[in-house]
Amino acid sequence: MKNTLFKLGTYVALAAVIVATTGCGSGSGTKLQGAGASFPAPLYTSWFKEFSKSHKGVQIDYQSVGSGTGVSSVIDGTVDFGASDAAMKEDEMAKVERGVQLLPMTAGAIVLAYNLDGVDQLKLSREAYVDIFLGKIEKWNDPKIAATNEGVNLPDLDINVVVRSDSSGTTYVFTQHLSTISKEFAESPGTNKAPNWPVGTKSKGNEGVTTSLAQNPGSIGYVEFGYAMKAKLAMVTLENKSGEFIKPSIASAQAALAGVEMPADLIAWLPDPEGKESYPIVTYTWIIAYKKYESEEKLKVFKELIQYCLTEGQKSSESLGYIPLPETVVEKVSAALDNITVGK
Amino acid sequence: MDQYKKSPISRPPTLREIVTDLVFRYTCLAFAWLTIAVMCYIVFEITWKAGPAIQEYGFGFLTSQTWDPNTKEFGILPEIWGTLYSSTLALLIGSLFGVSVAVFLSEGYLGNFVFQVLKLFGVQFHRFWGKMPAAAETALKNLVELLAAIPSVVYGLWGIFVVIPLMRDSCNWLYENMGWFPLFGTRFEGTGMLPASFVLAIMILPTISAISRDALVAVPPKLREASYGLGATRWETILSVILPTASGGIFGGVVLAFGRALGETMALAMLVGNVNTIKVSLFSPANTLAALLANNFQEAGSDEMKVGVLMYAGLVLMAITLGVNVIGALILQRATAGLKGLN
Repeated sequence: MKNTLFKLGTYVALAAVIVATTGCGSGSGTKLQGAGASFPAPLYTSWFKEFSKSHKGVQIDYQSVGSGTGVSSVIDGTVDFGASDAAMKEDEMAKVERGVQLLPMTAGAIVLAYNLDGVDQLKLSREAYVDIFLGKIEKWNDPKIAATNEGVNLPDLDINVVVRSDSSGTTYVFTQHLSTISKEFAESPGTNKAPNWPVGTKSKGNEGVTTSLAQNPGSIGYVEFGYAMKAKLAMVTLENKSGEFIKPSIASAQAALAGVEMPADLIAWLPDPEGKESYPIVTYTWIIAYKKYESEEKLKVFKELIQYCLTEGQKSSESLGYIPLPETVVEKVSAALDNITVGK
Repeated sequence: MDQYKKSPISRPPTLREIVTDLVFRYTCLAFAWLTIAVMCYIVFEITWKAGPAIQEYGFGFLTSQTWDPNTKEFGILPEIWGTLYSSTLALLIGSLFGVSVAVFLSEGYLGNFVFQVLKLFGVQFHRFWGKMPAAAETALKNLVELLAAIPSVVYGLWGIFVVIPLMRDSCNWLYENMGWFPLFGTRFEGTGMLPASFVLAIMILPTISAISRDALVAVPPKLREASYGLGATRWETILSVILPTASGGIFGGVVLAFGRALGETMALAMLVGNVNTIKVSLFSPANTLAALLANNFQEAGSDEMKVGVLMYAGLVLMAITLGVNVIGALILQRATAGLKGLN
């Protein structure tokens, strides 16, 4: 008797497991799978959550795995949409048979965050921050740093540079900026998603770099503005193209965006923005959509999602440290959605 | 005769028994061969994929120190160094603690302690509390083995948030006062060799302690008794009789642990600093083969050469692990050869 009961129990459990596993797959809802940049991940996650709340049965999954993986997942076709802040190269786009449509979703500033006891205001000249990432400035009390920081008590401490270990769009944008302002940087590490850094310890993702910076006194590294803001890290005031020292903020980043015209393919770069008020390291970040989707259902949900992000979503971006898209850009992106159709 | 046939013991096997027996035997055989085949296939696949990289970089891959995807220069000497260095360090720390725990658990120290505590209350032979000493030992043994169940990422986070801040002050004190000594030759910036090895040591501790404990428990009681009979103290018995007798088993555990340490990925990728340098200093950041693979594999995707280079690195890691295990097995054979016949 006991034996039969036990057997019965096993069958019931087994059946439950089968129902549970197949249940999610064949459920009535639509699921969109996205992966890519960690730079806009906090914003995307909050958008997608809000969107799912107001749309019953729709599930959107976003994995913050880095721009490099975002692009390669689009090429391999393992996701419904990708995300990258290094946009996509021509030869990468050519590999996608279904075609790709890049949609700028938001913009952000890349800041130099640091962890230095007793120093809450730090100004770095263009020469100084390039030299730190080239390994030419090794101590915090280096004369080049001291020159722009009068009255600040800089310690005699080694600078611990933290860079990204994974292939990253944040790195791409940051090195693009450094290469634009320094010939030496352009020659040696160059613009790349994963350059061969001459200095630095490496951490994975914006999350990893933020943690490393928060944990290790004497360190400096580049992260997205929102991450630094959330972790309450001190941020460096950087010298821009006009020679002004600009504090990273939504306003100064918006000033930088204002000077750029969005081209037809929606890929615009700001390696070294003009303008007195402009923060120097700002970038758009893109969602990569296919030009053709097999299922009408998916396409409909995807378009609704993007429309939601462009309208309602933009309102919440500032609070998370991202720059709302300029009106003209929103219109262009919205129009570009027409390029995406059903088909094979 | 008739009676004989009906006896359940001596009846010939039924057809059903013969069939199930055969099926069982061949299934086992098939799975055994399948395991070997899968292993061979993995090696073949890795070598195949590594092919282009082996042709391109050849032996220089093992001796060059640059890793630069942009100029397509690849070398893994710093990673080989980092892998061996971190594993050896972890093994030193881990076996010290692991064997100590094993002795503590197998020689009745904990049991005796619990017994003494119970005795204070006069309940050492009570039917509820009398079994406490043995239960405490089992509990602690399981607790140590539970360390093996903690995911690697959790160890990594623990390293970042707990171990590194704990180490920082003493490490920098060592650097400032004894910086001339090569092991303390650089400033401790956070991630680096020492925290990585320390966390690695804790990760391999359950392997070492579990196997060592089994080896110690298996030492025949007559050896112990003989030793005590000759007038040896408890510690003399442990150090010069029991540990040497169990050394084969303990060494086996250590070799297994070394294998695990060589291949550990996630925690190391988070803690070691991922920097291609060869330094003796314990505090400098470094890199290991497994961490290199973890950091680069995700986005190598479509680039054949990049996959090839990583597969080549994986092949080297496999060769190192195999080498260590073979050497370990050989030493084990020689060490235990003299002890045969004891049991």
